[in-house]
Amino acid sequence: MRILTLAGRRLAASIPTLILILIGVFLLLQFAPGDTVDAMMAQMGGGDAATARELRRFYGLDLSIPVQLGNYLWRLVRLDLGFSSIYGKPVATVILERLPPTILLMTASLSFAFFFGLVLGVVAARGVNKWPDTLISTLGLIFYATPSFWFGLMAIVVFSIYLQWLPAGGFEDIGRVQTGIWRTIDIAHHLVLPTLTLGLIFLAIYLRIMRASMLEVLNLDFVRTARSKGLDETRVVVRHVLRNALLPMVTLIGLQAGTMLGGSVVVESVFSLPGLGRLAYESVVQRDLNTLLGIVFVSALLVIAVNFFVDLIYARLDPRISPEA
Amino acid sequence: MDAVKRYFRNPAAVIGLLLLVVVVAMAISAGWFYPRDPLALAGRPLIWPFSNPRFLLGTDNSGRDIAAQIFYGARISLLIGGVATAIAIAIGILIGAFAGYYGGWIDNVLMRITEAFQTLPNFVLLLVLVAVFGSTLTTVTIAVGVVSWPAPARLTRAEFMSLRNREFIQAGRTLGMKDVQLILGEILPNALPPVIVYASVVMAVAILLESALAFLHLSDPNVASWGNLIGLGRDVLRIQWYVSAIPGIAILVTVLAVSLVGQGLNDALNPRLKGR
Amino acid sequence: MSESLTAILTLDQLSVRLPRGADRPHALSGVSLSITTDKILCVVGESGSGKSIMANAIMRLLPDEVGIDGGRVMFEGRDLAATTTAEMRKVRGAGIAMIFQEPMTALNPLRTIGDQIGEMFSIHTDLSSAAVRAKVLALLEDVRIPDPKVAARAYPHELSGGQRQRAMIAMALALDPKVLIADEPTTALDVTTQAQILALIRDLQKRKRTAVLFITHDFGVVAEIADRVAVMQHGFVVEQGDAASILNNPQHSYTKQLIAAVPPLTAPAPRKLSDDMILTIDNVSKTYRTGGFLGRGARVTQAVKAVSLKLPRGATLGIVGESGSGKSTLARCIVRLIDPDTGSIVLEGKDWAKLTRENVRRETRHIQMVFQDPFASLNPRRKAGELVAQGPIVHGTPRAKAIADAKELLALVGLDPSASDRFPHEFSGGQRQRIGLARALALRPEVLVADEAVSALDVSVQAQVLKLLAELRQRLGLSIVFITHDLRVAAQICDLVAVMKDGEVVEQGLAGDVFGRPQHPYTQALLDSIPGGDFAKKREAPSRVS
Repeated sequence: MRILTLAGRRLAASIPTLILILIGVFLLLQFAPGDTVDAMMAQMGGGDAATARELRRFYGLDLSIPVQLGNYLWRLVRLDLGFSSIYGKPVATVILERLPPTILLMTASLSFAFFFGLVLGVVAARGVNKWPDTLISTLGLIFYATPSFWFGLMAIVVFSIYLQWLPAGGFEDIGRVQTGIWRTIDIAHHLVLPTLTLGLIFLAIYLRIMRASMLEVLNLDFVRTARSKGLDETRVVVRHVLRNALLPMVTLIGLQAGTMLGGSVVVESVFSLPGLGRLAYESVVQRDLNTLLGIVFVSALLVIAVNFFVDLIYARLDPRISPEA
Repeated sequence: MDAVKRYFRNPAAVIGLLLLVVVVAMAISAGWFYPRDPLALAGRPLIWPFSNPRFLLGTDNSGRDIAAQIFYGARISLLIGGVATAIAIAIGILIGAFAGYYGGWIDNVLMRITEAFQTLPNFVLLLVLVAVFGSTLTTVTIAVGVVSWPAPARLTRAEFMSLRNREFIQAGRTLGMKDVQLILGEILPNALPPVIVYASVVMAVAILLESALAFLHLSDPNVASWGNLIGLGRDVLRIQWYVSAIPGIAILVTVLAVSLVGQGLNDALNPRLKGR
Repeated sequence: MSESLTAILTLDQLSVRLPRGADRPHALSGVSLSITTDKILCVVGESGSGKSIMANAIMRLLPDEVGIDGGRVMFEGRDLAATTTAEMRKVRGAGIAMIFQEPMTALNPLRTIGDQIGEMFSIHTDLSSAAVRAKVLALLEDVRIPDPKVAARAYPHELSGGQRQRAMIAMALALDPKVLIADEPTTALDVTTQAQILALIRDLQKRKRTAVLFITHDFGVVAEIADRVAVMQHGFVVEQGDAASILNNPQHSYTKQLIAAVPPLTAPAPRKLSDDMILTIDNVSKTYRTGGFLGRGARVTQAVKAVSLKLPRGATLGIVGESGSGKSTLARCIVRLIDPDTGSIVLEGKDWAKLTRENVRRETRHIQMVFQDPFASLNPRRKAGELVAQGPIVHGTPRAKAIADAKELLALVGLDPSASDRFPHEFSGGQRQRIGLARALALRPEVLVADEAVSALDVSVQAQVLKLLAELRQRLGLSIVFITHDLRVAAQICDLVAVMKDGEVVEQGLAGDVFGRPQHPYTQALLDSIPGGDFAKKREAPSRVS
């Protein structure tokens, strides 16, 4: 109950943030050269000024900005994200179609980065300043400095072009239609390289944080108490150090959620995945501002949702957090 | 100073500094080694590296000298990285200092704004800014700076909040010092070092952000940037993969250098027992 | 020296080396001690004496860079310094157990008390979990923790400091170890709680016949519970013997110095006090509201409740209380670091509590504060001279003159004038407090508020700083408000004393009256809790510096 109150309160506090984002981006987009109607007319191959005026009046684009903003927010509450002139479908439909690959990719990358970051961080901390630590820390630094899109391209060169083990892109095999378990395996096959690519930077970050966190906790007083009770080193780490060291890691998931979503834009472009990130890129290039705004909304929602779950987990792990804090 | 000595006793920090010096040297000397416009056609397209003594690193799809683009690209990366970082740090310190020192409703409002910027994925915001304001070098640099200020702001705010209640600040108040004197003269010099060190992280991220943007053809196409080159190389990845590989290594080395220098500075300014 | 009781733990010429660059090559040099069953051995020393390192060396819990390089630790016929780690683990907890100074950080904050105590059993025995739970409850009852069932399910942050320490003791004594090492277990506790824990340890020791090695810096504690005493300085044992002879007839000069530094509890003869009240505090209150969503469910804490005090010109008023009594909040209200909710603070005719921020800044030169933490109260980036000169500069004195005056002030507080060009980290704790004092005096205030100004210092340094304060009060005609939790310090330096509990003043009057004939039950409890009370009372009060 305490956990829900805590997380619920943070959630409620995110609503003004969400509104702030939406208003801010909406106003920002008013400065963009050209609007939806221009993009539509470019699609249609041109048109005269009268048609443009008609269309503008139809879409309510000739109203004043505050009114437009109000209309938009009102439609948003009813989850109506507007119409995409480029795709010819409601924005909500387009986004929903593109959501699954992104969520799949993010979940896989996060799990990969978290798990291996944790394991490697613990190994590095246990052997601090000896060769495992130096090796792992150096690798971590190099991964952190590697541009993700470049790593993706190089991975394609090695694994798809040279070794031909993994596909170079796409979400699933378009040639043959698979079903059931085969489809899952096919998708998994396609997601190996993208997951590795997106997860690499975060692996480096989690590794570094876990190592630092472990070293910090290993110096705390209660670890000395545990040792003075006669616990062997492994049990000290597992029963006392690990849970305490995990706390900053859990917080980090929430903080990095936005960055990961941003990273998926690039990774999906490199691997031609039909996800939300690539949709964002396309809407910028094709000037589909409605869709772009819809993506902003959904991205913010995703980040808030991730943070909500992170808060739940954190409150479960740490009994010191109380609703009054 | 002790800090300088400590810095130079750290092998990783020294390596980072050397790499950084190399990159800066490349940027400065680009005009001497490659006096012509790097984006001008120089030879046959897609010559392999080390196969032609005139083009040590080969040529790209359009026949432009890759080595020249690497050298000039160093200028762009360092320029954008540096200026964007300066913008981000300046905004961050300003907001963080006010929020951290005054607390109350000022802190609330400023933190809401910071949270808004952090909830929206920074690359998505970058895309929006580029969509609205275009892709010239200036706009991209400012956009990267604008997208990067939340983290330094939070760091500054945390420092100010912890220092605000320190006894030497309370002592300053009992001596009759005004708020402005306390913020600028007492708190800021103590709060700045971790923020300055964090600038290296901001710079590393800024360089990566800009190159990602360039890769997607959303940055300034009229400058020789490493990201642009990687994007070009994508079309010929099957066979002439070196067009993408080489600028990527350049980015890796630069970001690595900046990170190592930052970490070295951090360790030198906060000497604790090794292994922490 | 009684031979009939066997020595259960013997240190034989034990030496522990420190890494290169430390202020001395050895943390311990040739230390020889023996701990017998049924007796409490107190090891006394100031910070840096090596007493904690000795405890860690016995348990083989030294940090990596520090190591035993000579001597033996004989326990049950084995040399613990030479055993393998696996062997040592069997001894830890079951043979020798340890309790630490800070119970809040010494317990894992993410696991329940019952869990952590039960862990002792799961490491060393094969008992079923039901049996372990029963044993844990029995242990918690043994240490007289209120409501043992609830305590077993609680997390460390849900208990008070005293309860946490009881839990730690329960954990240490779970397997009936032969030796209990207690490393300053009461230093971080309130004086009343300290008294209870000391009584508990002595009681348990008698019942279970455990040998106890008790480490402390406080000779009062020694007087309270020690059977035998060993005095340490710079890694050497300078004197040891049984408690009575050491306390009453110390041989070594350092021992004599330490004992002399313990302030006696009888106040010196009262002086003539002025009738002119320089500071009148009338009905001051401060309430804090935290949390609460839209005004509901807020937690209200009344930090200061309707406090009224008077400070005569040239006198020292002591405000004594434990943590949470509100004395620090009151001190900060007096200097207007915090704004009181109600009441008046009249200083030289002006109501200080009602002044605007602007005016407070101007008038602040009349009342200055000395802070507790010598490390945190000085800006690490400014030189000592600048720090002292800051106040006058802010109020308009030209810089050159301010720095020159600062040099004089530093000399006045007993520092070399060359100190003016050094940074805080180059000074010791006691020297930093002197700089803080000089800073406070730079504006030539009439009233000085000393908020726990000597609490963070070693006992011998404390005595010096208190002497300095008394001299300065005489020379400069200061009136002092002295905040402290240590009654012995208050007895030595204060003319008037006010005792605070839960935000209220429960008793006030002349120091001699309050200490000699306490009226309020809380004051009486406080006085009774002072460790080694009888010892302190028997000692002669030094004559005042008049």
